[in-house]
Amino acid sequence: MKFGVVVFPGSNCDHDAWWAVTHDLGHRAEFLWHEDESLGDVDAVILPGGFSYGDYLRCGAIAKFSRIMRAVERFAQDGGLVLGICNGFQILVECGLLPGALIRNRGLKFICRQVELRVESVDSPFSSQFRRGQIVRIPIAHGEGCYVADPRTLEELEAEDRVVFRYVENPNGSLNDIAGILSTGRNVLGMMPHPERASDPLMGSTDGLLVFRSMAAALSHRR
Amino acid sequence: MTVITPELVAAHQLTTDEYERILRILGRPPTYTELGIFSVMWSEHCSYKSSRLHLRKLPTEGPYVLQGPGENAGVIDIGGGYAAAFKIESHNHPSFIEPFQGAATGVGGILRDIFTMGARPIAVMDSLRFGPLDHPRAGPRNRRILEGVVSGIAHYGNCFGVPTVGGECVFEPCYNGNPLVNVFALGIVRQDRIFYARACGIGNPVVYVGAKTGRDGIHGASMASAEFTEESRQKRPNVQVGDPFMEKLLLEACLEAMETGAVVGIQDMGAAGLTCSTCEMGSRGGTGVEIELARVPQREAGMTPYEIMLSESQERMLLVIERGREEEVFRIFRKWGLDAVAVGEVTGDGLLRVKHHGEIVAEIPSRALADEAPMYDRPRSRPFRTAPMDGPDFESQDLTRDLVRLLASGDLCDKRWIWEQYDYMVRTNTVLGPGSDAAVLRVKETGTSLAMALDGNGRYCYLDPRQGTRLAVAECCRNVSTVGALPVAATNCLNFGNPERPEIMAQLVEAIEGMGEACAFFGTPITGGNVSLYNETLGEAIYPTPVVGIVGLMRTGPPVKLAFQSEQASVLLLGGLGSCDARQFGATQYAKVILGELWGLPPALDMEHERRVQAAVREIVSEGLAESSHDVSDGGLAVALAECSLGGVGAEVDLPGDLRPEFLLFHEGPSRIVLSTRRPEAVERIAARHGVEALRLGATRRGVLRIRQRGRLLVDCEVGSLVRPWASALEQALRG
Repeated sequence: MKFGVVVFPGSNCDHDAWWAVTHDLGHRAEFLWHEDESLGDVDAVILPGGFSYGDYLRCGAIAKFSRIMRAVERFAQDGGLVLGICNGFQILVECGLLPGALIRNRGLKFICRQVELRVESVDSPFSSQFRRGQIVRIPIAHGEGCYVADPRTLEELEAEDRVVFRYVENPNGSLNDIAGILSTGRNVLGMMPHPERASDPLMGSTDGLLVFRSMAAALSHRR
Repeated sequence: MTVITPELVAAHQLTTDEYERILRILGRPPTYTELGIFSVMWSEHCSYKSSRLHLRKLPTEGPYVLQGPGENAGVIDIGGGYAAAFKIESHNHPSFIEPFQGAATGVGGILRDIFTMGARPIAVMDSLRFGPLDHPRAGPRNRRILEGVVSGIAHYGNCFGVPTVGGECVFEPCYNGNPLVNVFALGIVRQDRIFYARACGIGNPVVYVGAKTGRDGIHGASMASAEFTEESRQKRPNVQVGDPFMEKLLLEACLEAMETGAVVGIQDMGAAGLTCSTCEMGSRGGTGVEIELARVPQREAGMTPYEIMLSESQERMLLVIERGREEEVFRIFRKWGLDAVAVGEVTGDGLLRVKHHGEIVAEIPSRALADEAPMYDRPRSRPFRTAPMDGPDFESQDLTRDLVRLLASGDLCDKRWIWEQYDYMVRTNTVLGPGSDAAVLRVKETGTSLAMALDGNGRYCYLDPRQGTRLAVAECCRNVSTVGALPVAATNCLNFGNPERPEIMAQLVEAIEGMGEACAFFGTPITGGNVSLYNETLGEAIYPTPVVGIVGLMRTGPPVKLAFQSEQASVLLLGGLGSCDARQFGATQYAKVILGELWGLPPALDMEHERRVQAAVREIVSEGLAESSHDVSDGGLAVALAECSLGGVGAEVDLPGDLRPEFLLFHEGPSRIVLSTRRPEAVERIAARHGVEALRLGATRRGVLRIRQRGRLLVDCEVGSLVRPWASALEQALRG
């Protein structure tokens, strides 16, 4: 199994995602440059956290226009697995691969914190290894993680079981306590918490590793 | 051409003697550009002219030191073929004038110092000092400065992608007009890939990379070398503006360029910008550097040579490249979207030669600027202090209430509001983060870990600079030892007032000598650092505030926690109760918070005993015998026990001895560590082997903290009644 980790100028959790996949999960991973036109032979794509293009204008707004995102969009349309973490989630909503938007935290401050999440849906290639209703610890680190969407979109997300993670104690003002959502095809997940930071007991939690394990399980099933 | 008048010389903060010296060096009057160059290079900030003589007294060598002071950062051997590059620097003056950008560019500057050595930064810590947030006059401004500084650090570090893993934050009225922002950074580099700031190889091109040069920050270094006056706020244009995204690109591009093997030398452009980088690289390399300013990428039109040479625009680097391999390096900078331009070359004549459209505008021997700057043995008297030796009579009415007040005080309260704004986890190495005695970072490359801490105590140093500094070094080593690491090297940031005042100069010299004694004793040589003088506003100096950063080596493993972990564990005090008399109580947090006074002397320190306590705790922790481990420092034993209890598991302890209760609970005698353990006998055996007392105090107990003295109840409270005031104090104070 090979994961592709996209590197935008300003990505800074790219290496962490690579490390989690290669060392904690035990699969292969390679970096994909933002100017690449193709994803090569990767089986899944990770859009890592960070400040792509400095997050000037609006988080993820410039990354949306990068060459690699055309390839990621095609990959996602063909059913490929795409995981967007933090800035990666912001990029996915900017591209329209996921609905809604991520705005400034309610408290207007950057928050780095170990938080508890409730696993709401295990019916996805990113969460099959969790138990429904399981409380997991995966940290957040963001200034713009307040998830918002219009009422109809929220209704759809809920009705279609597309909310995968919900905050137990809402840190940022996200509507419906949303921490992570799926695309309609269930092959794209965007989440503000950082699973790659919770993949090694030394970091205080291994709950995030289950996201990567779920992906690996889904990919081996597909093969 | 500008005529150099005595007024112009004075405006450049050069003395008549210094100007005479310039005339001798050049054999002619300087040009206006040359005058500017001399003024920044010979400023206190760049030349260390008041401190250099005394800094030589510091120990700088040891078994782990690969690179001592004199480069962009110190470097130590961490095993496995890898090294750690680290340093601390101040950005005090800019942070007062423009807190957000001042602090942000402070982080940016120290990060560049680290990756200039070829090291990838993996940790930042900050030592912050402000005026009290509830100060009747300055409170609102102090709150604004704190908020600005914290968000500036967060903005820069978070975007750059380096975790801010620890530090300290202290409040005293002496910092009302002069906050201290000291930033420490550490990076990892392969030992055979360390880069130096040397211009070698005559004919090699000198290449400018990174952001374009603007008019920002001109004379920043000189600003940092003068006292604040009423006009200082007009110096806001002297503060630079930082762009962490640009710095992140610069980091990646520089590290990638270094991989090619075509980079001969590299130096960042920090204080004194292009001036400092060109003449220092030439001086270190024993060469000269010639540059053409017309080729320097510029943000604004019509900049003069003077402005280009003195600009402190951020996120710029100067590289010396092997001739003929320019394109290999340029390709990498193009990939990262950065300017890279050959602006000159290394010469053999030892001169810094600056041309503007072909015309020579400055020609100065590099060594004269960098290494032959004036050095002063400034007169000194007795260290300045007005505090009395003896304090007031006092008796506590309610020791429990005193304890709660201490926990809710500025220095001791929960700093979560600050450190949650910092990404302290990025790069997934943070084993122990903020809120610990020391931060612990695993090093993926070696499989081992590093512990690091920052400490300083202005109150102690004000009462006795020598003793206060020795105590700061001891405490910092203790913090590193408390988590199980062996302290091996140090960096220092010396924050003082105006060195031209003999009583301030005396503080500086005493502190440096005290630091030298302690660092030599504890085996932690100083590998680099920074001196920040003229921390005065309207003639009022800060407390002498040397801050020390210590790095320690340890195995990678589950970290020992600060908080008590489970019920019915034995609580031990390693190092014993310590001693205190009425004079030594005058520097404590109790004297400050409860009595509102400062008197007497800092605590006594037996360095030999301290060393044994540290050796013992290292062994106890690395053997896995301790469930928790926390050093006793500010606030004394009762505060340490309370801090261990804040996680929910408290303790019931009974203390021996006949010290009066206020002293027993709140004296700040060093060399003490609170441990909880399931195996007290094993702990006692190790302590005995090191000749250290391990006093059994009692046992952990969920939800309560009860402290007795020979059966008599002194403190009795529920843990919840400690947690709430402790956790909410800072946010409440910020609301004003």
